[in-house]
Amino acid sequence: MTTADILMLALGAVAVGAAAAVVTTRQIVRAGLWLVVALGSLAGLYLILSAELVAWVQVLIYVGAVVVLLLFAVMLTRAPIGVSADLDRSRWPGLLIGGGAGLGLAALLIDAYRWSTVDLVTGAGAKEVGTAIFRSWVLPFEVLSVLLLAALVGAIVISRPDVSARTGR
Amino acid sequence: MTGVLGAALPLVPFAMALLGFLLPQASHLWAGFLGIVGAGVALVVAIVLAFTVDGLVETSHTVATFGEFEVTFGVRLDSAAAYVAIAVGVVALAVQVFSTAYLRSDDRYAPYAAQISLFTAAMLIVVVAGDLIMLLIGWEVMGICSYLLIAHDRRLPEAPAAAVKAFLVTRVGDVGFLLGIVILGVRAGSFRLADVLAPGVLDPTTITVVCLLLLCGVAGKSAQFPLHTWLPDAMAGPTPISALIHAATMVAAGIYVVARLFPLFLASSTALNVLAVVAAVTMLLGALAATVQDDIKRVLAWSTVSQIAYMTGALAVGAPAAALFHLLTHAAFKALLFLAAGSVIHAVGTNLMSHMGGLRRSMPVTFWCTTIGLASLVGLPPLSGFFSKEEILHVAVAGSGWRNLLVYGVGLATVFITAGYATRVWLRTFFGQPRSREASHGHEPSRLMAWPVVALAVPSALLGFVALSPAFAEALGAPEGFTIGAEAAAPVAWAALAIGGVWWAWRLRPADDPARVLGPLRPLFGNAFYLDAVQHALVVRPVTALARAVRRADESGVDGVVEATGQGTLSLGGVVARAHRAGLPRAVTAVLGGAAVLGLAAVAIVGVWP
Amino acid sequence: MMHPVLPYVIAALLFGLGVYGVLTRRNAVLLLMAVELILNAVNLVLVTADTTVRAVLPHTGGVFALFVIVLAAAEVGVGLAIVLQLYRLRQSVQVDEVPLSYEMRPDAAGSGEAVPLDGDTWSPNARAVSPWSVEVIP
Repeated sequence: MTTADILMLALGAVAVGAAAAVVTTRQIVRAGLWLVVALGSLAGLYLILSAELVAWVQVLIYVGAVVVLLLFAVMLTRAPIGVSADLDRSRWPGLLIGGGAGLGLAALLIDAYRWSTVDLVTGAGAKEVGTAIFRSWVLPFEVLSVLLLAALVGAIVISRPDVSARTGR
Repeated sequence: MTGVLGAALPLVPFAMALLGFLLPQASHLWAGFLGIVGAGVALVVAIVLAFTVDGLVETSHTVATFGEFEVTFGVRLDSAAAYVAIAVGVVALAVQVFSTAYLRSDDRYAPYAAQISLFTAAMLIVVVAGDLIMLLIGWEVMGICSYLLIAHDRRLPEAPAAAVKAFLVTRVGDVGFLLGIVILGVRAGSFRLADVLAPGVLDPTTITVVCLLLLCGVAGKSAQFPLHTWLPDAMAGPTPISALIHAATMVAAGIYVVARLFPLFLASSTALNVLAVVAAVTMLLGALAATVQDDIKRVLAWSTVSQIAYMTGALAVGAPAAALFHLLTHAAFKALLFLAAGSVIHAVGTNLMSHMGGLRRSMPVTFWCTTIGLASLVGLPPLSGFFSKEEILHVAVAGSGWRNLLVYGVGLATVFITAGYATRVWLRTFFGQPRSREASHGHEPSRLMAWPVVALAVPSALLGFVALSPAFAEALGAPEGFTIGAEAAAPVAWAALAIGGVWWAWRLRPADDPARVLGPLRPLFGNAFYLDAVQHALVVRPVTALARAVRRADESGVDGVVEATGQGTLSLGGVVARAHRAGLPRAVTAVLGGAAVLGLAAVAIVGVWP
Repeated sequence: MMHPVLPYVIAALLFGLGVYGVLTRRNAVLLLMAVELILNAVNLVLVTADTTVRAVLPHTGGVFALFVIVLAAAEVGVGLAIVLQLYRLRQSVQVDEVPLSYEMRPDAAGSGEAVPLDGDTWSPNARAVSPWSVEVIP
C-alpha cells in the first residue's frame, strides 16, 4: 500500500459515498450538492493519477458548469425544497441491474488486475494532452466543436417560450 | 338414318330450350313459339321413327374413357321406345299450347317454356338412351326441371317448399339409382345397355343387388311407397306442369326404365317380390287417399300414384308390355284430366271442389272431355283405360304364385275405389248447384286451352282399339298379343257397383260430399295414413338437426379457427405494440438490463471467469 | 507506484450506482445527475487505462476523457432544455408520467379529449404515488 493507494482509497470512498447519496437522498437540492462532492473527489483521483488537465477541466466544467446547470434546472422546475416523498420508483429493478452491473464489473476488473502495480509516470498534463490532441485527434476535436455549436443552438430552440405557447395548455 | 333421327329426338327440344333461356323473361310470343316448335318437331320425329324402326337399332359413340370404362352416347331404339316417345311428344305439345293461354299473364313465361323444352329433351334422352350414363343424365335433368317448374310461381308460399320436398325425396331414391347403375356398369364391364342386358354377364347376387338399388330410384321418381309423399305437394306447381311431369312423363320414367332393363329383373325374384308388395301397398294407399281430397289436383295426384302402382304390379307379375300399354293410356287420360282440371280451375279460380258444382252446363266441352278421361281412368269399356287395365289384371290372374294373387286381388279392390273417387270428382265438379259465385259464372276456356284437351280426349278414347292389332302388342314386347278374357267382367262389375253407390250417396244430399259416408275414416285417408308426419319425424327432423349441428360446428369450429387465427394475431400484435410503446423509465430499464445481460453473456462466452 | 485495481473498482461501483439512479429516480433532473455519475465512472476508467495500457498513441485515455467531458456538457445542456420545456407544458417533470401517444376520446362537450394511451395516467394534478407502492414494471 503506497501513499497513492491510501489517498485513492480515501478519495474513492468519498466519491462512492457521495454518489450513493446522490441516488438515494430524498431532497433534490441535496442530491445536487452531493454530486458536487462526488465530482470533486473524482477530480482528486485524477490528480493522483497524474492527469492534471483532466482534473482541472473536470472541476471547471463538471463542478463549475454542469452542476450549476443542474441546480438551475432544479430551481426552474420548482422542485420542492426539503423532503419529497415520491422521488423514487420501484427499487428492485434498479438494485438488480445496477447492483449486478456494478458488482459484476468490479469482479471482472479485480479478476483482471488483482494486486498488480503500475508506475505512475507523468500523466496527462496540459502540454502532453495538447500535443496529442493537435497531432492525432484533430478531427474529433473539430467535430466536437461543431457538436457543441449544434447543442447550443438546439438548446435554445427547444427551450423557446413560443413553442409552449403554440401547443401548450 | 334411324340413329340420326334417334339422336335428333332429344336434341331439337334441347336446342329450343337453350334458345329459350336466352330470351327476355317476359317474352311470350317467341317463348311459346320455340316451345311449340321443339315439342312439335320431337313429335314428328317420333312418329317417323315409329314407322321406320323394326327390331332393335343401336348406335354408340364413345365420349370418354376412364381406365377400362367407356362412357358412350348412343341410342337404343325399338318400337316401344318410339311409342313412348310419341306419347311424350303429344303430351309435351299439348302442354306447351295449353300453357300459352293458361299462363298468359305470367311475367316469367320464357324460362318456363324453356324449362318445359329442357324437360322434354331430358325425358326423351331417358327414352332413347343406349347407355346407362346417358340415361342417368336424362334422369337427373328431369329432376332439376321438376324442381324448377314446381317452384315457378313465386307468389305461392307453398311452392318452394313443395319443390324442395320433391327434389329431396326423389334425390333419396336417386342415390340408390346411381349406386345401382355404377355397380351394374362396373360388374358388366361396360355401361351400354346392350352389354348390360347380355345374358350370362352378371351373377345372381349382383343382379338382385342392382335391381333393388334401381328400385329405390324408381320408387322415388315414380312416387311409389315409401317415397310417394312428394307428389301431392307438387301440385303447387302450375297445372300444365302437373299434366306433363307428374302425370304423363316423369313419373312414368321409372316404369319405363324397369321395362327396358326387364331381363335383369326377371332374373331376380327378390326384386319382383319387392315390386309386388310396393305395388299393392301403393295402389290401395293412393286410391284411398284420393277418396276424400277436396283439392281436385290432389285427387288426380293420388290417382296417379295409384295408377303407376298398376304399372308396377304389371312389372311384378312379369308383363312389361302390359305396363307399357297402361303407361301410354295413362299418359293420355291423365294429361287430359289435368288439363281439363286446369280449364276448370282457370274458370272458377279455385282448386277446391267444395267451391265448384254445376259446371256441366257452363263448360260442356270440358265436361265431356273430363267424362271420357274419368271413364278411361275407371276402366269402362270401350275406352283405352279399360283395355290396358284389363290386360294387367288378365296377366295377373293368368299366372300363378303369391305375387300374381296379390296384384290381382289388390288391383280388383282398387278398381272399386278408383271408380268411387272418380265418380265423386265427376259429380262434385260438374253436377248439382254451383257452390260459389265463381262457379255460377263458369265459362269455357279459350281455344288454345280447349284444343289440347279435346286432342287428348281422342287417344284416351280410342287408343284401346290399337291394342287389338297384334303388331302393336308385339312392338311393346308381348308377342302373344293383348287379350280380353271373360274375367274382364269382374272389374267392370265392381266399378259399376262403386259408381252406383257413390251416385246414390250423392243423390241423397247433392250439396254434400259423397265421401261423408266414410265418417271417421276421412281424416285418416285425407292425410294418407299420416305417412307424411311419419316421414317428417323419422327423416326430416333428424336431418335438419344434423344440418344445424354441422352448420354450428362449421361456424364456430372451422370459421372459429380461421377467425381466431386472425383475432389472435391481432391481439398478439396489440400486446407487442403495447410492450413497444414503453415510457422512458421502462425503456431505460430494458436498455440497461439488456446491456448487463449482454455483458454477462460476453464474459461467460469468452470465458474470463474460471 | 500504485495498484490500478483500486480506481477500477471505484469506477465500477460508481457505474453501478449511476445505473441504479437512472432506473429508480422519478425526477428528470435527478435522472440526469445519475447519468453524470455513469459518465464520470467511464472517465475514471479511461484515465486509469492510461496508466495500465501501453498505447501506441500516448495519453489517449486522457484525451478521450476530455472528449467525454465535452460531450457530457453538451448533453446536459440540451437535456435540461428539454426538461424545462417539458415543465412548461406539463407542469411536472416526472419521467413516468410522460405518455407516448394519445387517443382522442370524445367527451360530453362534443370536442375531443386526448387521453394518454400507454396506461400511465396523466392529469395536471397528478396524485403522488407512494414510493413504497409496488408498481411492477413490465
